[in-house]
Amino acid sequence: MHFVKRILANCNQTSNIGMETTLSVEELNKREAEFDAKIASGITIEPKDWMPERYRKQLLRMMSQHAHSEVVGMLPEGNWITRAPSLARKAVLLAKVQDEAGHGLYIYSAAETLGMDRSEMIDQLLSGKAKYSSIFNYPTLTWADIGAIGWLVDGAAIVNQTVLAKCSYGPYARAMLRICKEENFHNKQGYQIMAYLMRGTKEQREMAQDAMNRFWWPSLMMFGPSDTNSPNSGDLMKWKVKLHSNDDLRQRFIDRTVPQAEAIGLRIPDENLKFNESTRHYDFGEINWEEFKQVVSGNGPCNKLRMKQRADAHTNGAWVREAAAAYSAKKAASKN
Amino acid sequence: MSDNNHQWPIWEVFIQPKNGSAHEHAGSVHAPDGEMALLNARDVYGRRLEGVNMWVVPALAIVASTPDDVGPFFDPANDKMYRWPNYFKTPEGIKQIS
Amino acid sequence: MSSKNALIEYCLRIADNSSILAHRLSEWSGHGPILEEDIAMSNMALDLIGQARGFYAYAATLENKGRSEDDLAFRRDAREFVNRNLVEQPDHKDFGTAIMRSFLYSCLSYLQFRTLMNSNDETVSGLSAKAIKEVIYHVRHCGDWIVRLGDGTEESHQRITDSLNDLWMYTNELFEQNEVDAILLNDGVGVDLTLLQQDWLNLVKEIFSQAQLTIPDVGGYQSSGGIKGLHTEHLGFILAEMQFLPRAYPDAIW
Repeated sequence: MHFVKRILANCNQTSNIGMETTLSVEELNKREAEFDAKIASGITIEPKDWMPERYRKQLLRMMSQHAHSEVVGMLPEGNWITRAPSLARKAVLLAKVQDEAGHGLYIYSAAETLGMDRSEMIDQLLSGKAKYSSIFNYPTLTWADIGAIGWLVDGAAIVNQTVLAKCSYGPYARAMLRICKEENFHNKQGYQIMAYLMRGTKEQREMAQDAMNRFWWPSLMMFGPSDTNSPNSGDLMKWKVKLHSNDDLRQRFIDRTVPQAEAIGLRIPDENLKFNESTRHYDFGEINWEEFKQVVSGNGPCNKLRMKQRADAHTNGAWVREAAAAYSAKKAASKN
Repeated sequence: MSDNNHQWPIWEVFIQPKNGSAHEHAGSVHAPDGEMALLNARDVYGRRLEGVNMWVVPALAIVASTPDDVGPFFDPANDKMYRWPNYFKTPEGIKQIS
Repeated sequence: MSSKNALIEYCLRIADNSSILAHRLSEWSGHGPILEEDIAMSNMALDLIGQARGFYAYAATLENKGRSEDDLAFRRDAREFVNRNLVEQPDHKDFGTAIMRSFLYSCLSYLQFRTLMNSNDETVSGLSAKAIKEVIYHVRHCGDWIVRLGDGTEESHQRITDSLNDLWMYTNELFEQNEVDAILLNDGVGVDLTLLQQDWLNLVKEIFSQAQLTIPDVGGYQSSGGIKGLHTEHLGFILAEMQFLPRAYPDAIW
């Protein structure tokens, strides 16, 4: 597998992979100290800057996982495009799912600057080596699920991404900035779907509450394991790739979402949810971490289906990608 | 590279946001050649009325300075403040020149 | 038939074509051969949904029966749909078939909107002026792919040839006309499709010659009757899926 060799000062350049192997221990320590100092003073790391191998690897893992989540995330919502209940809703949903493809593409591009081809990342996804967000392994059973996903899942994603837009790696931060700008309407359209359902017929209200009941807890799980149990968080926070802990972001999401639910008459399916006057935050019940573990490790309701759909698209498209490449090669050859 | 992949090379996309302004880097696309790179750039980066003109450039064609070049490339300009107009104090009694 | 009723019917045709083809293209969302193309297919679908909405809305205004654009899209049955049968054909997730279907249709759509831009009816000319920019891109994008697939690998050449052979029997029907067309032509509102047929063939042939493709022998069955509501079996399934929610919850607002 060849590495992408790109050198672009402004934005996308390939990092200096394997540089440190040629460095002496003293030199390595010196570079690490310089790197740490840059991070500490808030200087953005660019692809051609020296970086510790672990920084590069952790970032690549996190970014490819993020990109995969965008692309796999197209499937549960895409499931309802052909059944959207009005032409306006259909256009909005299609545009939203299309944006997810675009966002996957931006993040893959940013990750490629760390020295791995997009095709290799996709291979890792399809072989099960790379993970993606567990939320997309839940089925979309009714139209209300489209509202719940836009509102809750995109809402959670926005909380995450707003912070990531300030992360230490330049290409990732820039991709996030663009994504945040585009993603604003995703959350709003989801909430609007829910609001319409809640002021609709009895069946519509039940549909909305049912979607809420099914998507609330998985949405909370999107922020990842609790801080006491998050193996990669330490390094990522030290390097300012992550700027807040999983639990902090989860709390932020709950605090902003509960009033939104109440405003349209949706009940949060958590008996222990209560506003805590002393902390000024909502207390909430225990997350089912066993379910999270199962879904992440491949045993969710839709893991197999999602991977099959991605694999089918990739396999069915192979002849197309091959043909386009062959055509270009032929044209280039005939010019010479 | 596995047969299934046929990874297309990367192109950098530059968009001119409005008439008269300079092209700005927007992002990248994969494409087997320039024509398709342009079409892909239009579809990926033109979804929200982003501009009036597009360039696509093979990523490999871009030559960039390295972080080690920062000093020799950019520092020598440090002591040449006379290149900036505010270096020059306008003599008293003269309202404005140029 | 009154001029007004003819125009309503005419708008429904354009809207039905756009809406059904958009449905087919939107089935590709999340399943495209590569991310860039996934995005491109959604762009085409979005353009078509926009065109459908414009023409449905105009038809609804003209008929003035209190029906909305969505009532026209979601509450009519298959026999009332007046799209060309080409656009409802399934592609079974074969990219070549999807592209060929869009290409053959877009070439007609381009020629039609180009003429309709000068329609005596201001709304029709306005909607057409907007649509033509979109359709020009569809022709270019799909045409580019036809050439690549036709002149790509041995496999892609064979596959796109098969798609062409399968879809060609729906192309004659693109030019079928009836009383509606005669009335609107007389009013200076519509297009004479028979005059566009040769241009369409030239456009298609030009791309096919670059793609090393030959037009199949005309013989055997040719589809007919879309504008009379006579469709292939596929349309019923499209509508069953598309219209499910408004049909199942008739009082709901979404």
